[in-house]
Amino acid sequence: MIVTTLIVVFAAIGVFFTFVAAVGMLRLPDVYSRSHAATKADTLGAGFSVLAVALYFGTVGETLRALILLVFIYYTNPTAAHAITRAAYSRGIDVWTTDDSEGSR
Amino acid sequence: MSDLAGTVLLAAAAVVVVLAALVLYRVVAGPTTHDRVMAVNVIGTSIVMVLALISAGLDRPEYLDIAIVYALLNFVLSLVVGRFTYDAEGVDW
Repeated sequence: MIVTTLIVVFAAIGVFFTFVAAVGMLRLPDVYSRSHAATKADTLGAGFSVLAVALYFGTVGETLRALILLVFIYYTNPTAAHAITRAAYSRGIDVWTTDDSEGSR
Repeated sequence: MSDLAGTVLLAAAAVVVVLAALVLYRVVAGPTTHDRVMAVNVIGTSIVMVLALISAGLDRPEYLDIAIVYALLNFVLSLVVGRFTYDAEGVDW
């Protein structure tokens, strides 16, 4: 019963943070600020969902694979977003700012 | 494990699919290539989530392996695009 409650809570938290990531991808103004939604919110949402899956199976093999997936997502997602954002910055894509006098970099 | 948890995980997978379809707007709307690639990266992470959730909901543990491979491919896609669209004169390493 406790495990079921934990699974439901973790899945709900994961879906919530995925929702936050989707809203961030749609609403934020430029590629640099969107990378915040892509790295932090999405990684946390995926982490909670995979944790719920690991709790659901409960056997050693599946839990181990779920944890490998978890660690892998935690490493690769921010690295990928960093690579894309650095490429965007090297291409001179404008950084969003509230200051009108200097628009780019 | 109880039936309730599996149903909840399948419902969560359905919601994540809908959210990934919403992120598809950013792939279409742009405005730059890097926006599109980052949105594809977010959709890929959502697909990994969906694979993990339905592996639990449908009691098919082998889907977890597919999720791991998909996460690897998603990472390689982002790194390759990041390297190929990198302008070495724009910024220092």
